[in-house]
Amino acid sequence: MPKPHRVILDESLCKGQACALCAQTCPAGVFRPADRPTPQGIVPMQAAFPEQCIGCHQCDQLCPELAIDVVPAGALPTPPPPRAGPLPRPNPMGGWQESPALLPPGTYFMSGNEACAEGALAAGCRFYAGYPITPSSEIMVHMAQRLPELGGNFMQMEDELGSIAAVIGAAWGGLKAMTATSGPGISLMLENIGYAIMTETPCVIVDVQRAGPSTGQASRPAQGDIMQARWGTHGGVDLIALAPWSVQEMYELTIRAFNLAERFRVPVFLLADEIVGHLYETVTIPPAVRTFERLRWPQDMPFDTPEPDGVPPMPAFGEGAYLLVTGSTHDGRGYRRTTDAAVQDRLMRRLSAKIRRHQDEIDDWEEHFLEDAERVLVACGSAARSALWAVQQARRQGRTVGLLRLKSLWPFPDEVVASRCGGRREIIVPEMNLGQLAGEVRRAAGVPVTSLIQVAGEPMDPRRILAYLLEGNW
Amino acid sequence: MVTMTATSAYPLASLLRQAYLRQSTAFCPGCGHGIFMNAFLRAAAVLPLDFDRTVFVSGIGCGAWVPSPHFLADTLHVTHGRAVAFAAGVQRARPDLNVIVISGDGDLATIGGNHLIHAARRQTSIKVFCLNNWLFGMTGGQVSATTPRHARTATTPAGNPDPPFDLVRLVLGAGAPFAARWPVSLPRQLARGIEHALREPGFAFVEVLSICPTHFGRINEALLPAGEASQSIPWRMLEWLRRQCIEREKAAALSPEERAGKILIGEWRGEEGWP
Repeated sequence: MPKPHRVILDESLCKGQACALCAQTCPAGVFRPADRPTPQGIVPMQAAFPEQCIGCHQCDQLCPELAIDVVPAGALPTPPPPRAGPLPRPNPMGGWQESPALLPPGTYFMSGNEACAEGALAAGCRFYAGYPITPSSEIMVHMAQRLPELGGNFMQMEDELGSIAAVIGAAWGGLKAMTATSGPGISLMLENIGYAIMTETPCVIVDVQRAGPSTGQASRPAQGDIMQARWGTHGGVDLIALAPWSVQEMYELTIRAFNLAERFRVPVFLLADEIVGHLYETVTIPPAVRTFERLRWPQDMPFDTPEPDGVPPMPAFGEGAYLLVTGSTHDGRGYRRTTDAAVQDRLMRRLSAKIRRHQDEIDDWEEHFLEDAERVLVACGSAARSALWAVQQARRQGRTVGLLRLKSLWPFPDEVVASRCGGRREIIVPEMNLGQLAGEVRRAAGVPVTSLIQVAGEPMDPRRILAYLLEGNW
Repeated sequence: MVTMTATSAYPLASLLRQAYLRQSTAFCPGCGHGIFMNAFLRAAAVLPLDFDRTVFVSGIGCGAWVPSPHFLADTLHVTHGRAVAFAAGVQRARPDLNVIVISGDGDLATIGGNHLIHAARRQTSIKVFCLNNWLFGMTGGQVSATTPRHARTATTPAGNPDPPFDLVRLVLGAGAPFAARWPVSLPRQLARGIEHALREPGFAFVEVLSICPTHFGRINEALLPAGEASQSIPWRMLEWLRRQCIEREKAAALSPEERAGKILIGEWRGEEGWP
């Protein structure tokens, strides 16, 4: 004679007769459909004859909804397994901090790619995942050497999709993380860069730009990824991109890229190019470095803020936040809301506004001879070095020309460009692509722009820019 | 006696998010992924697996919904095919946490196969549970890399012309130290198999033979055992799985004719070589 059992079936969880696995697996005929459907139109199963239960537990182990509990008669329902509870929470102070630089202060001679890696380490980067690609590989090689020395983590992944994936995973583990690649690698990373935007994951992506679409010219410079960085991933929400023009800036702007990534919880591009990546120059390492450390508390709303343009705190895994990180549209706690128009609308607008409405913290530029300039060149990256030389030479010959060098490209510094370009005789944009920057300058300034294009996979020729300034020939 | 209090019906309530104690899963009626979820939580309770020190990583597809949003733990629901790569990053950054991937055959073995074989090769300290429902369920039942030959799907209406992956052989060939295959039709063995995999120190892979009554079952009804009118498609699929699966130890005693068409289930160690 089997011991009597109690069969507890939660009808509100039951999917009914289309499943009915309990009834079909039960050897004792305990279950049958209910007499009437639920308000959702499901006819749930019922443990109609529990006295027949023999306690074989076929039903509770097979139920896809975990809706059944079988316990000996008179016993309480099975108690839920105990939880150990979250780990003691580390409570680091977030926000701006100043700490000693890793390298002894002084002057160094190094390549741009090495300076980038050192800048990342100084900023607190302790995770790198990447895949080899010219002309960025020196960053990875340097990180493979240096990260283990600092207790950090280096991974060479199977491809660029995996590289950026590992970077995002490490960021949620609580680390500052980066990857570096060139255009073809960016093309592969774009989907997960969108994931980083959507999940508000801070990370740094270095793009040492090279010539041409597809494989193009692997060891030759270009600036063809400006628009790709901004618009490459689907959905069209903002991110941040910086453009260094020297080895010194490969160090400094990499630190800044990490700070902006942590401050705004967003992927930040360092849009370098082959010239600044492979160039060797002196770099001055200052004694201290100013960094932004991630704000991790409070934990209850990691994906929204009361303000429409806020940056929520970001807890890490293992801190008891029970994070629901998802690339699907989600509410403030991370629950998927994939058909809720209001949630989607609010999320899209905040992801953009948290960047756009704080552009005064992001915009970065340099002015050369702008005061009396009738003609203004606007340039970025290594092309701006050629432009500056041409401006200096033209000035010696009495031409009133100046240079506006953009150090931040995304969000595009519209007001900076508009205020510096208005009322001039000519705006000239030299660049190593088919006119990507020129288009943005034209849009932002609302004036005609002369686009000086060079797409030969060679450094922007300063003599040609000078010839244009002096004789109007291009 | 029937009680309807939600909390009492969930014997594993402490492992689930509050919101899911009062609403059923997003899975279709009779979904094999729900049976896996049940078995996984039972195994986690037995071990016990500390959910406060565990990160669940999942990709895109029905199987990815098992941990996210149901489990009360840290969850990372990522892009299609990349769950193992994300998990590798989490594991390296946080070796103090358990990192567990639960996702589908389309996600892990079709679009994401490259990450899977490299994690197996590196013996990354993660556990990977591949819920194989034989096709792409969430998008409407298209052929995947594990769809059996000749089975019908939305994109192979005349039958799948291509042979499927044998996922256990795939990961063992790639260097995995531990691989297992268990069907949802044997929930006790499945729970024990999950427990064994979770106890492994390094990389462990479990192919969970699941069922998709909605997309695979309906279109392939002819393949299923002829059931009585009262039998649901999920039940007939489970019956079919039970008949197809044979434990590897028992299979050794069978003749090649008797073994033909059977699916070997059990556990394999990398050093044994290929099954």
